[in-house]
Amino acid sequence: MTTAPASIVTAATKYRFRPGLIVAWTLLFIGGIIMVTPLIFMFSTSLKSAGQIYDLRLIPASPTLDNYIRVLSDGRFVRWFLNSSLIAVVVTVSCLFFDSLVAYTLAKFNFAGRKVIFLAILSTLMIPTEMLVIPWYLMSSKLGWLDSYWGIMFPGMMTAFGVFLMRQFFETVPNDFLEAARVDGLNEFQIWWKIAMPLVTPALSALAIFTFLGNWTAFFWPLIVTTDKDLYTLPVGLSSFAVEQSIQWEMIMTGAAIATIPTLLIFLFFQRYIVRGVMLGGVKG
Amino acid sequence: MLHASTRGLFSSVKMLSAGALALGLLAAHPASAVEIEYWQYVFESRVKAMDELIKEFQAENPGITVKQVTFPYADYQTRVVAAKAAGKGPDVVQLFYGWLDNFVAGGLVQPLSKEKFPAATIEKDFFPIVSAMKRGNDYYGLPTAVRSMALFYNKNLFKAAGLDPNKPPQTLDELLKAAQATTKRDSAGNFQTAGIAFDIARQDHNWWREILVRQFGGAPYSADGTKVAYDSEAGRKALEFYTGLQTKEKVGREGFMDEGQAAFRGGLAAMVIDGTFRLASFNTISGFEWGVAELPAAADGTRSNYASYFANAIGGTAKGEKLEAAQKFLAFITSEKAMNVWLEKVGELPARKTVALSEKNLANPIYGPFIRGLNYAHTTLFVDEAAQRQISIDMVNSVLLQGTSASAALSAAAVKEQQLIDKRKAN
Amino acid sequence: MLNQSTVGVGQKPRAWDRLSISTKQIVWAWTFLAVPILFFSVVRFYPTAEAFYLSLTDWDFLRPASFIGLENYRTLLADPLFWQVFRNTFTYLLIGTPISIVLSFVIAYYLDRIEFGHAFIRALYFLPFLTTAAAMAWVWRWFYQPPPIGIINSLLGMFGLPAQPFLRSVDQGLPAIMATAIWAGLGFQIIIFLAGLRAIPATYHEAARVDGLGEFAILRKITLPLLKPTTIFLVVFSSIGFLRIFDQVYNMTSNDPGGPLNTTKPLVLMIYQTAFSSYQMGYASAQTVVLFLILFAISMGQLWILRSR
Repeated sequence: MTTAPASIVTAATKYRFRPGLIVAWTLLFIGGIIMVTPLIFMFSTSLKSAGQIYDLRLIPASPTLDNYIRVLSDGRFVRWFLNSSLIAVVVTVSCLFFDSLVAYTLAKFNFAGRKVIFLAILSTLMIPTEMLVIPWYLMSSKLGWLDSYWGIMFPGMMTAFGVFLMRQFFETVPNDFLEAARVDGLNEFQIWWKIAMPLVTPALSALAIFTFLGNWTAFFWPLIVTTDKDLYTLPVGLSSFAVEQSIQWEMIMTGAAIATIPTLLIFLFFQRYIVRGVMLGGVKG
Repeated sequence: MLHASTRGLFSSVKMLSAGALALGLLAAHPASAVEIEYWQYVFESRVKAMDELIKEFQAENPGITVKQVTFPYADYQTRVVAAKAAGKGPDVVQLFYGWLDNFVAGGLVQPLSKEKFPAATIEKDFFPIVSAMKRGNDYYGLPTAVRSMALFYNKNLFKAAGLDPNKPPQTLDELLKAAQATTKRDSAGNFQTAGIAFDIARQDHNWWREILVRQFGGAPYSADGTKVAYDSEAGRKALEFYTGLQTKEKVGREGFMDEGQAAFRGGLAAMVIDGTFRLASFNTISGFEWGVAELPAAADGTRSNYASYFANAIGGTAKGEKLEAAQKFLAFITSEKAMNVWLEKVGELPARKTVALSEKNLANPIYGPFIRGLNYAHTTLFVDEAAQRQISIDMVNSVLLQGTSASAALSAAAVKEQQLIDKRKAN
Repeated sequence: MLNQSTVGVGQKPRAWDRLSISTKQIVWAWTFLAVPILFFSVVRFYPTAEAFYLSLTDWDFLRPASFIGLENYRTLLADPLFWQVFRNTFTYLLIGTPISIVLSFVIAYYLDRIEFGHAFIRALYFLPFLTTAAAMAWVWRWFYQPPPIGIINSLLGMFGLPAQPFLRSVDQGLPAIMATAIWAGLGFQIIIFLAGLRAIPATYHEAARVDGLGEFAILRKITLPLLKPTTIFLVVFSSIGFLRIFDQVYNMTSNDPGGPLNTTKPLVLMIYQTAFSSYQMGYASAQTVVLFLILFAISMGQLWILRSR
């Protein structure tokens, strides 16, 4: 929250204009173009036919959606796309709910053991996922969770990062607000849900962005826990598709584009919120 | 009183219905109804072919029903192990020949009955590679079909280079000459077309290990498979020949077009060495015509090939009438009839000599070269296929990328592989 | 309603009403925390303990596990592959982190001064952060191909430069993969640096200018010290990212994972192969413990630096 007023300070008030900035601007612009070049080539190749992919033209001579039709028509990509969407949405909703519930409890309730629980949850940040996958795999095979949506999702249903992030924001919520709601006869769950949550929406959107992006792009655990092609997520499906396609680059680029388009579209629509959310999450988290 | 009578009524109803159930079962399966499970990994054409075989088998054996259970390939071994631990394994199970040691150690399979499957008959009827399923005096399984290797070549590129598209190279010398004729490079020396597509991680390691080493006068392993034997003069010559094609003759390069088969598929490599399982993918090529030839012979005419297979074995937990049914089913799916179905539906080569070596099959321009290769094919007694393959990959890469001498790379690989084999055999 | 359903098992509302406010709060707190505590115990703490335990066994999926003490660690320390992988991992970390920190700082520093097209240029840098690493690895893999299909090599050819082997080289493979990881993470770091720069009050700069300090002196004496927390956060964040690199390597070297000759193989890929290709679960667990220890050391280092401030 502290960064919001500071960011109103515009560049002009802080720095004097110097001609060197034109050089800087040009260099930054060129650098930025280089950054998006791989994305541009990916999209441009996905619109080319197999015969044209090795000419380096950015704009295809005769653009075609054939690759998309071929990739999507065999049904698997649609399925993987839906799998990824379902998993990312469910996990994000779960994290928003549980992480903020825990964070709120730890920030606003007085009870013995509060500190211990917060530190315990925080300490899990230091445990790398890679250390847990073998026990998770063992657990999943015992409980029959291999090759199931639940098996892919369960490790991420709550995160210490989210608890940590949200707690900092709930601490800034004035106690008077909550007291007033208590006097009005709301119970504690209602106070959290109706009073406290709306006050931390910027933090919630930051957490939502990180959780969704993290789960949309997740590769390691889904690769391990799924062997049934019908349950692959988009990244795992794309990886196996690329090998299976005998390295037909136009098909691989189309698959990669399909995996990338949703997050880019979301960014284009919500650019302002996402950049602010990342700043919040990064600075506070 | 009322209680007693209703209880009596209930129990008689129960008895009656049980009797009816038994009668119903008897009616459906006149003999004794035995259900056995057959396990294999998911691969559409294999599953369909097996469905067809099961239908025929059940028609011939009305007392037995077979349930086909399939798992994704990557998960297959784990599932078999897990099922054994839970005490409900398959009655007939398909396994890669290289997994046998693991499966035997885990008690997942049992030896075949010597009365029902006499060793002498097996060795007379099947291609010699079936011996990879033998441990001591016991056979642990039989294949329906086998895979072998051959040389694929691009007829259009042959024509363009002035070669006869119907006369593929027959010897290693001719292979080199054809490769030189078809290789094209730009002014900077970069390949535009490779004569041969190399891919050590796919099939080239088999070509080197079981074919080139033998063609240069050596053997990759001792006869019982326990000792690495390629660290020899022959091994060195074989490795120098293989890497020399890339470093000295420059008729191709590992990594060109990313994967060897992709280079061939894309029409940018004139030749590639690959297996029967690649046919399905190459059959979809529309840009050019391609042909298949037997793997080239050495100067002295020595030929060799590498064959591999999935065998069918009897599950470790099968006993009594299930065991008997499983034996019947195993005999059926390794019969001549089943092999013909498999060739037609899956495109894999029959494991029995009489079926494979029919005139029709030998004359087939695609299957012929693969089948002829079976006559002199070897299998590698892998203890850990992935690890042993990696050792070969690293051996070749250290020559190609680090300039290690062939003999040093060979010795390093031999030591590593021997350690691996010793470790696995000790377990 | 919620009162009864979440708290009052068999309790009458009147009994609930008799409780003091602070007691009620305690009951509410533990009610809210019940499911999460169960989750963190079962999905985080228990598996952590189990990973430590498994690292002391020879469990291989086939046979029941037996306790073998520190044998796995002894094997690991004597395994030349482990030391190569260890070196690779730290090469990713120790080269990747400084490069990405310096690059992102320089870009953020100048981007902060630009008004015209600021949001647009920022978006250009930020977009790669939103991509899927597994998907972009394939795009980069295509870029790195040898002629005639690789784009970078085609560009080199246009300028008359010799073709480079990139992923097929024991020297260039790791940097080539590392570049893609830097590329993907740069946008995030730039945004965080921008936030840090914007949080520095403009008055500091003005005061410094009045005192006659030049731009460079301001950077060195004011901006950088004030950015220290941001920088430490990014160094730790980026280090952990490079320490756990996997998606890019797995997808860019799928023909020979971590190759050629293991020169690109990071620790996580070794763990993956040991556990899920060779099924040596005990040995793989020992490797995960090593990863944990490295991460633990980095986290402790961060705390130590922040405390001594």
